[in-house]
Amino acid sequence: MGHVPNPRPAGDFRTSYIDDASLFKTRFEGRAAVAIVVALAVAAPFLSNYMLSQMILIGIYSIAALGLNILVGITGQISLGHGAFFGFGAFASAWIVNSFGIPAIIAIPLAGVLTTAIGMIFGVPAARIKGLYLAIATLASQFILEDFFARADWFSGGVYGSLAARPSIFGFALDTDLRYFFLVLFWTVVSVVAVTNLLRSRDGRALVAVRDHYLSAEIMGVNLTKYRILSFGISSFFAGLAGALFGHYLEFVSVEGFTILLSIQFLAMIIIGGLGSVYGTILGVIFVLLLPQVMEMAATSAADLVPALASGKAYIKEMSVGAAIILFLIFEPEGLIHRWRVIRASWKLFPFAR
Amino acid sequence: MSTNDPMLDVRNVSIRFGGVSALTDVSFYVNRNEIFSLIGPNGAGKTSMLNCISGRYKPQQGEILFKGEHLLPRSINDRAHLGIGRTFQNLAVFSHMSVIDNIMVGLHHKLKNNFLTGMFYWVGGAQKEEAEARLKVEDIIDFLEIQHVRNESAGSLSYGLRKRVELARAIAIGPELLLLDEPMAGMNLEEKEDMARYILELNEQFGITVVMIEHDMAVVVDISDRVAVLDFGEKIAEGRPEEVMADERVKTAYLGVEESAEAREDA
Repeated sequence: MGHVPNPRPAGDFRTSYIDDASLFKTRFEGRAAVAIVVALAVAAPFLSNYMLSQMILIGIYSIAALGLNILVGITGQISLGHGAFFGFGAFASAWIVNSFGIPAIIAIPLAGVLTTAIGMIFGVPAARIKGLYLAIATLASQFILEDFFARADWFSGGVYGSLAARPSIFGFALDTDLRYFFLVLFWTVVSVVAVTNLLRSRDGRALVAVRDHYLSAEIMGVNLTKYRILSFGISSFFAGLAGALFGHYLEFVSVEGFTILLSIQFLAMIIIGGLGSVYGTILGVIFVLLLPQVMEMAATSAADLVPALASGKAYIKEMSVGAAIILFLIFEPEGLIHRWRVIRASWKLFPFAR
Repeated sequence: MSTNDPMLDVRNVSIRFGGVSALTDVSFYVNRNEIFSLIGPNGAGKTSMLNCISGRYKPQQGEILFKGEHLLPRSINDRAHLGIGRTFQNLAVFSHMSVIDNIMVGLHHKLKNNFLTGMFYWVGGAQKEEAEARLKVEDIIDFLEIQHVRNESAGSLSYGLRKRVELARAIAIGPELLLLDEPMAGMNLEEKEDMARYILELNEQFGITVVMIEHDMAVVVDISDRVAVLDFGEKIAEGRPEEVMADERVKTAYLGVEESAEAREDA
């Protein structure tokens, strides 16, 4: 959660202030990030449809969870309505395309902007209340929005939901999963870079200052109300953007998908990944999305070994997902990213540390 | 405003919390370029006074003028613009931020980049501005001799260093008036001497006016130009340190008084 003292290996010296504040803290980090993005882009055509759909979901959820991490991890607030903002983005994009004929490729970021406005309105209570009280206030936003989706036929198509066609760029339709994957990859990279940039500039620091010690932040000239609401706005932008990508990926948006369970799932992702960490968020998303599938496989092979378990396979899976998350929180409360930092520190000090 | 007007003018300030009167009709002034100390026993209302100046508390009566301008209607975050910085009695560093970032937050009100230009970093001029801000931060780091910890998280530092980081952050605001709440509490002799030296240098070289709450009487007498004494929310003395220390009421209220020889005989 926050600053990591100099992770650079010996010999990686920075000789200007611009270098010192670079996007990546170490050369390895930079090379690895570029290598992963390039590898994903190159490997995508060879992935199975199933793998590709998992990649797309990881990208979409990463953008949304990154938004929530700005609110919870960076600013120290809480939201139980992130899933509803995600849904709002999905409906908003479909609505923009269907009602105004704006191309989906433009409607997706526009939906993010609309969700920003909604998020800031629902974020207003944050100016006054904190902690559990704020959690309950944002819970209201979850239910109000869910109700709105079901009733506002003009906006969401009501209980019937709305169609969200796949976007196209200059007549090139992103109608296959492979093509859509590149759109998601683009927005994921843009989001990760934007949030990392935010954290190394004035307003990002102000948000962290509000979290760490709001009294002295205020003395330093940080307007608490503005930044608490701004944090909701930025967080909702990414929720809306991700929601819009989700809607156009499924090509159909319906009310049932955006319940409080989704909101809690987003919270689980950032807590497991690491509060306040950009890369931790992605690790958390991967963990939460893939764990049930790994557990499914484990439960299946367990059932093969012990046929008596076969009838309870579904329960075993659900229970082991729960158990894994609990064990995780007990043994790695600072998230997956902390585990990575420990590993990195031991490499750096090798052979003097384990 | 003429140069003879006080920089800070506190007039008849009273504040009550429920039935408890924290400050009663307190008035004092602080001249430009002075080191002014507020002293008094625990619970005398010193920190409440500082909180009134820095905006955390709104007094029920009285007014506070800073450079001839009414301070009380202004918001807390406005005070950084006006040129008032402060440190806290209890450590108030941003513990999960690096020392550099802590000090950078002090420049918040001077920087122009916002969340949008910040996100685009390279194109909106944020990068250039951040690098220039960093240069200013490095000057402050050099001044306070905290180069060796500049990349550490502030929360991991020793008590004395954290106090220094807090001071660095307050200096970054570029204050004309610096409010220090017990800058030397809990420090060893060497750290106290360093801190006293920084305060004197800030005052003499940078022309910063200092209002300080401090319990260490030796320090107060050594570096203050003037002193005000609070007791149970009332001002009981004000003046040059040696005059104030000689005042009978101050001795009784704060420093404790030796029973006089006659009193002992009577007993």
